[in-house]
Amino acid sequence: MDHLDQLEAQSIYIFREAFARLKKIALLWSLGKDSNVMIWLARKAFFGRLPFPALHVDTGKKFPEMYRFRDHYGKEWELDLRVEPCPPIDAVDPTLPPAARSAARKTEGLKMALAKYGFDGLIAGIRRDEEATRAKERVFSPRGLEGNWDVRDQPPEFWDHFNASPPQGAHLRIHPILHWTEADIWAYTKRENIPIIPLYLSQNGKRYRSLGDQDITNPVASTASNIDEILIELEQTKVPERAGRALDHETEDAFERLRVAGYL
Amino acid sequence: MNMLVTPASPATPNGTTSMPNGTTRPQVRIVIVGHVDHGKSTLVGRLLHETGSLPDGKLEMLKAVSARRGMAFEWSFLLDALQTERDQGITIDTTQIRFRTNSRDIVLIDAPGHAEFLRNMITGASQADGAVLIIDALEGVRDQTRRHGYLLHLLGVKQVAVVVNKMDRVDFSADRFKEISDEISAHLNGLGVTPAAIIPISARDGDGVAERTDRIGWYKGPTVVEALDRLEPARPLEALALRLPVQAIYKFDDRRIVAGRIESGSLIAGDEIVIMPAGKIAKIKTVETWPVTPAANRQGAGRSVGITLDRELFIERGDIIARANAAPRETRRLRARIFWLHDKPLAKGDQLLVRCGPKESRATVVAIEKAVDPGELESRENKAIGRNHVGEIDISLSNPIATDPYTENPRTGRLVIEVSGRIAGGGLVLSVDAGQRAVPVDIVPVESALRPDERSARYRHNGAVVWLTGLPASGKSTLAKALERRLFTNGGSPILLDGDTVRAGLNGDLGFSTTDRSENIRRLAEVATHLARNGHIAIVAAVSPAREDRATARRIADTAFREIHVATPAEICEERDPKGHYKKARAGALASFTGIGNDYERPEAAELVIDTSTRTVAEATDEIEQMLKTTGVLFDELVDLAANI
Repeated sequence: MDHLDQLEAQSIYIFREAFARLKKIALLWSLGKDSNVMIWLARKAFFGRLPFPALHVDTGKKFPEMYRFRDHYGKEWELDLRVEPCPPIDAVDPTLPPAARSAARKTEGLKMALAKYGFDGLIAGIRRDEEATRAKERVFSPRGLEGNWDVRDQPPEFWDHFNASPPQGAHLRIHPILHWTEADIWAYTKRENIPIIPLYLSQNGKRYRSLGDQDITNPVASTASNIDEILIELEQTKVPERAGRALDHETEDAFERLRVAGYL
Repeated sequence: MNMLVTPASPATPNGTTSMPNGTTRPQVRIVIVGHVDHGKSTLVGRLLHETGSLPDGKLEMLKAVSARRGMAFEWSFLLDALQTERDQGITIDTTQIRFRTNSRDIVLIDAPGHAEFLRNMITGASQADGAVLIIDALEGVRDQTRRHGYLLHLLGVKQVAVVVNKMDRVDFSADRFKEISDEISAHLNGLGVTPAAIIPISARDGDGVAERTDRIGWYKGPTVVEALDRLEPARPLEALALRLPVQAIYKFDDRRIVAGRIESGSLIAGDEIVIMPAGKIAKIKTVETWPVTPAANRQGAGRSVGITLDRELFIERGDIIARANAAPRETRRLRARIFWLHDKPLAKGDQLLVRCGPKESRATVVAIEKAVDPGELESRENKAIGRNHVGEIDISLSNPIATDPYTENPRTGRLVIEVSGRIAGGGLVLSVDAGQRAVPVDIVPVESALRPDERSARYRHNGAVVWLTGLPASGKSTLAKALERRLFTNGGSPILLDGDTVRAGLNGDLGFSTTDRSENIRRLAEVATHLARNGHIAIVAAVSPAREDRATARRIADTAFREIHVATPAEICEERDPKGHYKKARAGALASFTGIGNDYERPEAAELVIDTSTRTVAEATDEIEQMLKTTGVLFDELVDLAANI
């Protein structure tokens, strides 16, 4: 069993726990490399199916390539796809810096979708190595009634025993790929031949490391034009993955504030 | 704000890391623990720096943050990434960081030291293969140091490297170092843990971290990096007996797939397996996978698999698939060493939810054998285990579970305890009381040929266990016989199980100790439940003085159980004394007799209470019949067969 096998087995275990222990769950599909791997892992866990909806909380500002990807694979993978809109920018906390405020629309869209369907669990593709506040996450992470994350009062979680009883009206975030790294994602994508959005590959000396909304995501300098080259690049680079995400760099705690409020 | 982008290695439970060039390196997960402010975060920051693991710009960013706060450069800011942590100067949750030594990939789990956040430390340490225990040279061994040492022992972390930090604060004194070494060695040795190394360091300046500097020239042992380099990865689980706890049964198409993760051992299609706790036997037909199925090769520990079986058996989440000759033990009773994280102390009699893998069971704390504050390590009163304390408990389970002592299988020998839906503690299974039966092998319970509704149509009642409890001579047997006659006359199928009668035969091997009395009741309940499941009304007449034993009987019989308290006053019972027991007991000739003294525990919520000193036998029988009607055992329109003759 190599390390990708181990990662895969652990994620499948988490998926099956979520499906067994929660009543109504959905998987958040952001169309990026991580959530595509996540869907693939879920299909492994459930022998080809996704036995719950895939939820795309749509800001309306994704790249056209991302929408094309969604429409094509949503059908090919036979997903129960629910596309849910986000409220306009003026509905969002005006004290946040501009990029964070723009991103916070997603948090609001997420809350609306939760209220609409009554999900008690949301599966999300965040990874510990992406960002410092994500490193602090639990695999089964309880959210308050407002969708908020109380980092100071997280339940104990050990030996793959997860807390799966959210209070009435609250929900859990389930993180089946929390333990993966960016390089793992690419190595697995290659091994399993999982389709990717071409924006991740270098064009004119630039590529996207991480895909978000068009207005707040920038490409990084790169010549990597296939996955092998991406893996070599990752071995050598010291540029952080979210370097192209504007919201992370506005203030010291912008991302933390977003996450505490319920952002992914 | 990325923590680390190089090197790219996975965080997996144990084992190795594959490198892009095809070689593998052992991966070791370590945790750094110790008293708050003894310098954990500083050591981690320094380790990352020394092993060249920091991303570009990180150092500059930290310098800027420190300057903005008007503070000297602080390594710990590297980890304390959250605003709240920087403000309070403490680390509040677990972070995982990776770096490499010469021969190991290290996954470092940063655990907070603040007493309030002990649960986070346990969350981190439970995943570790080894640990670094940090001690401030100036402050020496503190409560929290001892507590962490104890918890490492409790979690089964055997490889512990001790670092004595802030040696610069004691002028790199070899004497002070020896003083602390002796104290912590004695503490750890007392727990059965031998420190892998004890290293004098200054994390802030780098002495002893990757290099032995002149200032600690008197020290000849390994540096921290060298000590980490020598830690052993966890032992392979594949070598242990097969354990596949069932997570779920999927029937998405015509396949019925049993899904779960192999915790230990391995399996392949064609293997004969046993499903515990029921002990049912089957063969693995296929190992299902996606996108290609079935899998032909052997699947080992750590794999999440799906299997189909060669026969249709009732299997449920929490069952454990094993091999018949090496099955886990089935039990309703076990002993565990636990740590307790909940605000409310754990006390004898508490009702809990216990999880052992995917299996969950309601449980009752039968006894607290030991309760210790790991900071002081002195045994406390054996009444309750306080928050952040540890102890040994004896628990009884409402459903049988299959488990192993942790010394035999670290994966299946663990449990967690839930209170109000939240994990409140966890621990290791020390021993399993498998009752009178040895490890069940090759047991295939045979289902009845008849359906319950076929029987109830004939008898015009559902199966039930009618349990008459009360003092000796309270009238239980008399009532039981009257009820038996009444039900039979009405076409039913009553069967009398009188305590004394069963003790004369089936339970002839049992005496009157507390344990034997419990076993007597358990067997009575098992037999009665079997009869009830087969449509009969089992009438049990037994003193059954212990509330807990009756609770066990109720759990066994479940919804079929109807308890009747024959509550005749004690003085009337003694006056009647048909068997002469009271007289003998008064004369001291009958040991362990219930009735003299206060050892009868009255039911608190019996379905019916009858005082036979104020009713005739016929009236009392009417009341029981009425209760059986209102609780759904007897059907409404009873036919009196005798009346039709």
